[in-house]
Amino acid sequence: MEFSFDLLLEAVVFGVLLGCFYAAVSIGLSVSFGLLDVPHVAHPALIVFGSYCTWFVARYGLDPILAGVVLMPLFFLLGVAIYRFYYETFEKRGTEAGVRGIAFFFGVALIIEVGLILIFGVDQRTVEAAYIGKSLELGDMRIPLRFLVAFGVAVVLMAGLTLYLAKTFTGRAIKAVAQDEPALRLMGADPVRIKQWAFGIATATASLAGALLIVIGPVDPGLDRTYIGRTFSVVVLAGLGSMTGTLAAGLILGITESIVLMQFGASWAPAVAFGLLLLVLGVRPQGLFGR
Amino acid sequence: MKFWISCAIALGGAIALAAILKNEYFFFAGYTVLMFIVLATAWNILGGYAGYVNFGTPAFFGLGAYTAAVLFKAFELPLALQIVAAATMSGLLGLGAGLLTLRLRGIFFAIATIALVVIMETLFINWRYAGGATGLQLLRPPPTAPFESYIKMLFVVMAALAVIAVAIARYIETSWLGRGLRAIRDSEEAAEASGVPTLKLKVFACTVSGALMGVAGAPMPMYLSFIEPASTFNLNYAIGALASPMIGGTAHYIGPVLGAILLASFQQIVTVTISNEVNVLVVGVMLVVFVVAAPDGILGLLKKIPWKRS
Amino acid sequence: MEALLKVREVSKHFGGFTALSQVSLEIGRGERFGLIGPNGSGKTTLINCISGALRNDGGSIEFDGAEISSLPAYQRTRRGIARSFQIPRPFTSMSVLENLVVPLEYVQHRGTLHIADTRAEALEILRTVGLQDKAQTQSNRLTQVELRKLELARAMAARPRLLISDESMAGLSGNEVDEVLAILRTLNEAGITIIMIEHIMQAVMRFSQRVVCLDAGRIICEGTPEAIVKNPDVQRAYLGA
Repeated sequence: MEFSFDLLLEAVVFGVLLGCFYAAVSIGLSVSFGLLDVPHVAHPALIVFGSYCTWFVARYGLDPILAGVVLMPLFFLLGVAIYRFYYETFEKRGTEAGVRGIAFFFGVALIIEVGLILIFGVDQRTVEAAYIGKSLELGDMRIPLRFLVAFGVAVVLMAGLTLYLAKTFTGRAIKAVAQDEPALRLMGADPVRIKQWAFGIATATASLAGALLIVIGPVDPGLDRTYIGRTFSVVVLAGLGSMTGTLAAGLILGITESIVLMQFGASWAPAVAFGLLLLVLGVRPQGLFGR
Repeated sequence: MKFWISCAIALGGAIALAAILKNEYFFFAGYTVLMFIVLATAWNILGGYAGYVNFGTPAFFGLGAYTAAVLFKAFELPLALQIVAAATMSGLLGLGAGLLTLRLRGIFFAIATIALVVIMETLFINWRYAGGATGLQLLRPPPTAPFESYIKMLFVVMAALAVIAVAIARYIETSWLGRGLRAIRDSEEAAEASGVPTLKLKVFACTVSGALMGVAGAPMPMYLSFIEPASTFNLNYAIGALASPMIGGTAHYIGPVLGAILLASFQQIVTVTISNEVNVLVVGVMLVVFVVAAPDGILGLLKKIPWKRS
Repeated sequence: MEALLKVREVSKHFGGFTALSQVSLEIGRGERFGLIGPNGSGKTTLINCISGALRNDGGSIEFDGAEISSLPAYQRTRRGIARSFQIPRPFTSMSVLENLVVPLEYVQHRGTLHIADTRAEALEILRTVGLQDKAQTQSNRLTQVELRKLELARAMAARPRLLISDESMAGLSGNEVDEVLAILRTLNEAGITIIMIEHIMQAVMRFSQRVVCLDAGRIICEGTPEAIVKNPDVQRAYLGA
């Protein structure tokens, strides 16, 4: 095992870029699972769905990231519909995150994945843009431009969402409903409508996350399985409900994965996210900043 | 008593079919159906009775298969001992995973089980003795007398395993163990306050469930004369093990059997005639439909029909 | 009366929020003890720490001379502490009778692996609370009142020495409150120590020999019901400054 400082530095830089991307991809789950307690195992599948929608729209000449943004309102409505259905069918009757709720989202994820295969086939899809294919040279390092772009958009997305939750009335109501639903009810606000809104936002982020995903690399319908480990390990490591934690956790995952990739090769990389998840669950299940 | 008679009939029927039927395709298909009965029954012990969803069936199944394969390669161990070893290894995996994650809420356990699959698969991809990513070829020994065909023997072996699995599930379900598990599923806090050792019971259920899944996987390497990671740790096992009880009915040991027969048969037909993707799509839709509209499964629907007129 | 339960300097934090702060109290054998306090004062948290649903962060809890803070809840139940839940949590897939069979099997009869005639015992307990006619009804079909009685019955089925009744009377009518009080009195007369958490003041005052008032995680007053009612701190806690 050779140890090279330059390689390590490159791995860390790469890891930071990747980690921010992972955080942005997971932030929707931080809201839907971390704050709203919905066992949303279909979140990665929705992201991949977002990637394919981006691909579809981008074929008409639109920049992929712009396509992701344009699709956000549609995904918002989709999220509202999903939550409403979930609430009426499960939460209202008290079974919540029980077997049925989890099985429901598992079924939805399956349907999305297989649906994508049936419509688009198993081949990988990519998009084209001005920043895809070029690299930036920084000293000895060559950083692919698309990673920098994804990093930038990820930062904007996370900053935007964190500000929204902290500063706006609805945003604060969302955080409140996670902590103290009865109090919110007493204030006259309808918790269900707030949760619906929050889930819509979480799903909207999946659209942009999907766009980033297909910018960073090729996408195929089975990709949701890789990302279920990454998103859940980020959200759990962060601590349920912590937005800043999501960034920290994403960075930890990104850097760890990058270093493992460098030292041990690609065949060990998929296990990193899951290994991290099991470690957190075993040692400190409330995560870094858990409530 | 009725139960044991049914078991004897089922097993006897399997042996009779093996003696009479000549077309081997039936036994290949039958083996798969019986295997899913074992997987579904095993899944239901933790998922249906205790309410903890396991997405990681392939981890336990695959570990059982690889245990059998490796022991066969190293010591030419006979099938019966392979099965026992597989049960032990997968049982230990269930015990370990359970102790680590069953203290947490159900959804965390579910996600952790996905982690198990990836970790197991990664381990075996990187283990050259077990064939690594390319896999291991195995030469089948001749079938033990009185069987003339190896596949017929495996068919009867799997039928016996199915009977054992269902008998174990039935024992747990009808005993004080089952009541404790149901209490955990209905309200874990109240169960704990009522003196139920919730962690111990959950870990017990996870261990038994894992062991049975390992047992289902043990004959697989002999069935295929080959083993490799991608198909062994395949998502289809996770889907089949979860969807069969949820569709058949989780409250009674017959539910997983019904569901498995339905889904495995359906899978055989559709995968061959149309495609595997359409099969998964239909299963996915059925899962969602049943979870939403018929939470007690087919058994629940059957109960609602007024069979007796009084 | 020697102390059955000794709570010493118990604290509980949730992140930055302190729910209990160095709470100490002693409850004697056979005592009827009332616990009052405004919403959010920490009553249920204290009960959860005693019953084992939560682990206390500081201090010690002694039951019958033995330290129990590190024991899981089910072991505390087996040692003789039972509690009912503020929001009823029945075993919804089971009948009313079966709900009681669970604690009977797991607390009482665990020495014998095979089911003793727990059903007859369960029926007896149902008779005491007046639910015997609903024995075969599935527990998710009960009315609110019946659910609260089931909660009590289930706690009784654990044959406790200390029974904690967490707002068993919330939402009950005057007659129903009397019914539940009568049940608790009978249990107390049979030697069971009872801690009652209630908002219905007249119930607490009629029933308890001693009352403790919590506010913001601390004990602000302890004494006889008459003394508590007159205490200005208590009045301030309930009515605001």
